[in-house]
Amino acid sequence: MSRAALTHPVDGRFGAFGGQYVPETLMSALHELEDMWHEAKADPQFQLELAGHRRAFIGRPTPIYAATRLSEKFGGTHIHFKREDLCHTGAHKLNNAVGQALLAMRMGKKRIIAETGAGQHGVATATVCARFGLDCTVYMGTEDMRRQSMNVRRMKLLGTEVVEVKSGSKTLKDATTEAIRDWVTNVRTTHYIIGSVVGPHPYPEMVRDLQRVIGDEAREQYLSLDGKLPDVVVACVGGGSNAIGIFTAFIDDRDVALVGVEAAGKGIRTGQHAASLVGGRPGVLHGSYSYVLQDGDGQILPTHSISAGLDYPGVGPEHAFLRDIERVEYVGVTDQEALAAFKLCTRLEGIMPALEPSHAIHQAGVIAKELGPGGRILVCLSGRGDKDMDSVDGG
Amino acid sequence: MVADAGRAQGALHNQTRLENALRAKGDLKLVAYMMAGHPNRKRSIEVGKRLAGSGIAALEIGIPHSDPLADGPVIQRAGQAALAGGMTVEGALEVAKAVAAEGVPVVLMTYINPVLQHDSRKFAAASAQAGVAGVIIPDLPIEEAEPVAGWLRAASLDTIFMVAPTTPPDRIATICSHSSGFVYCVTVTGITGARKELPEGMSDLLAEVKKHTQLPVAAGFGISRQEHMKTLRGKLDAAVVGSAIVDEIERGGDGVALVRELLKACR
Repeated sequence: MSRAALTHPVDGRFGAFGGQYVPETLMSALHELEDMWHEAKADPQFQLELAGHRRAFIGRPTPIYAATRLSEKFGGTHIHFKREDLCHTGAHKLNNAVGQALLAMRMGKKRIIAETGAGQHGVATATVCARFGLDCTVYMGTEDMRRQSMNVRRMKLLGTEVVEVKSGSKTLKDATTEAIRDWVTNVRTTHYIIGSVVGPHPYPEMVRDLQRVIGDEAREQYLSLDGKLPDVVVACVGGGSNAIGIFTAFIDDRDVALVGVEAAGKGIRTGQHAASLVGGRPGVLHGSYSYVLQDGDGQILPTHSISAGLDYPGVGPEHAFLRDIERVEYVGVTDQEALAAFKLCTRLEGIMPALEPSHAIHQAGVIAKELGPGGRILVCLSGRGDKDMDSVDGG
Repeated sequence: MVADAGRAQGALHNQTRLENALRAKGDLKLVAYMMAGHPNRKRSIEVGKRLAGSGIAALEIGIPHSDPLADGPVIQRAGQAALAGGMTVEGALEVAKAVAAEGVPVVLMTYINPVLQHDSRKFAAASAQAGVAGVIIPDLPIEEAEPVAGWLRAASLDTIFMVAPTTPPDRIATICSHSSGFVYCVTVTGITGARKELPEGMSDLLAEVKKHTQLPVAAGFGISRQEHMKTLRGKLDAAVVGSAIVDEIERGGDGVALVRELLKACR
C-alpha cells in the first residue's frame, strides 16, 4: 500500500468507501469546495495564514507527554500522550474549524453551520466564528444538550445560535441530518463545517488534511525523544478525526501498529453501542459509503455511548478502508472501562481526559500488558474532560 | 463514475408509460406523493387507491427512511410514523403493488441506503414485479448512479434524476441524458415542504431544462396551491404535490379533495 493511495482518494473514494450520496442541490457546492480546497492547500499564503493561527490561536504545537505513573501502573510499557487537550477550547476540533473557517472566507461565505455531539466541535466552530466575525448556527440533539450543558452555554456566550434537534435519537446523527438539511436550503450563502472525517467527498479528505498536523507533530516529537518510533499508536474513533489526524503520519511506518478504539457502550452483544467498524455493515449515511450501524432494511439504528463524541452510527470512509486493508485494527471499549480509565488517568497523571480518549487510554492498558516492560505506546489524548463532569460520578 | 450506459433518450425510442402519462397536452399533469405505511399500512393502501382514481397522472410512493436528507418536517414525520408502525421496504413494495393494480403509474421514492441493503438488483426486480413504473432516489446523484441505475433499467424501470436550481447548465444536459420517464426539476433550493410562493428564477430553470430534453419535465418541492398550478401550466408538463397531501393524510384525510381542487387550475 502506498502513501499515494491514501492521500489521494480516487473519484472521491478510499477503495470502495466514500463518495457523494447527497441531493443534487449540494453537488455544485461540493465540486466548488473540492476545487477551492485543493487550490487553498497549494497556496503558500493560505498555509502561512493557517500556520499563524495554529501557533497563536490554537496553541500548537501541542506537546507530547510521558505518562510515567500510568506507565508504571500498566506494567512498565512507556506511555506517551499527544496533548490535544491543551488546544484552545480543549480538544483537537479547533484544528479543523480554523482551517475550514479560513476556507469559507476565501469562498466568500459569511454564514457557518455545524453539527455537534459532545459540543467540542460546536464550541470550536462558535469560537472561530467569533474570531473571524462569521454568523454561526450549531445543531445539537436534545439528549446531548442535556449531558453537555456547559458547552451549550459556551456556544451561546460566543454568539452562536444553538438549534435543538428533537428528531430521531436526539443525538449527533440527528444533528448532522438537520445540519445537512439547512445546508441544502442555504447552500448559496452558507458553508457547512463538518466536524469529523465523515460526510460526502471532499469532507473526509479535507478534514483529514487539517487534522494530520496532530500526527505530523507527534511523529517528529516522538522521534526526538530517542530516535525511535512507538510500537503502537492508539486513538478513539467516533467519526474518526483525531484518529485519522494522528494515524496519517504513521501509515507508511509498517512497524508501527495502529489501533482505533470505538465505543462499545454497554457491550457489543447488547446492541447498545456505537462501534460501527466492529459491529456494523457497509452502507450509506450522511453522504458517504462506510461502515454503518443499521438494521436489515438500511434504517440507521440508535446508538449508545457514555461519551457523546463517540455516540454516532457511522464512521469516516478512510477508516473503513484502513480496516478492510488491515492497516488499522479497530476494537471496542465499554462505558465502564472508559470511566475507569478516566479516573485512573486523572488520579495518576493529574490530567483529566475527556471520556472519548478515555476509551483509548483503557486500550493502551490492554496493549501494555501484551507488550510488557519496554513497550512503547503513543495515545492521542484528543480532549480534556471538564465537559464530562455531569456524566462522571463523584467517585 | 458516470457510466455511458443509460442513454435511454435517443432520437427514437419507445415512450415509456410514465412518459406518456406525464406529457402535458395543453394542460398541466399532476403527480401526487404519499408515504407507504402512513398513517398505517392498511390506510395507506386505501388512500393510495383513492388518489389513483382522483385524476392524477402518476403517484409517487415514498419508502420511509430513518434519515431523509431531502425531506422537510411533514414527510419526515410521516416516514417516522410509518417506520414506528413497522413499515419495511418489502411492505412498501406490497403497498405499491396494491395501488399500482388500480392502473395508475407508480413511482417509488426512497433513499439509497434501503435500496443498497435490500440489494439493488433484487430491489429492481421486486419493484418491477410490483408493477412499479420508475424510481427516484434523491441522494443518488448521477456520479453515484451505477450500478443501481443499471439494475433499474435492466428491470425496465424508469430512472428519474433530479435537476436543482444550483445545477449548472452543462450538468443539466448530463442529468437529462441519464433520466427516463421524466426529469424531476426541484423548484426550490431546499428540502420538501409546502411554500406560499414559488421562487423567482424558477421559470428560467424550467426553460433551461426543457432545452436539454424531449422527456416530460415535472417540478416538485414546495408546490401546494392553485396559484402554483397556474404559474406552472404551459411552462412544463407536470407538478408534484407532496407535503400538502401528506399533511392531509396526517390529519385523517386522503388528499383527494386537494387534488381535485388543484386539478381545476391545471386545465
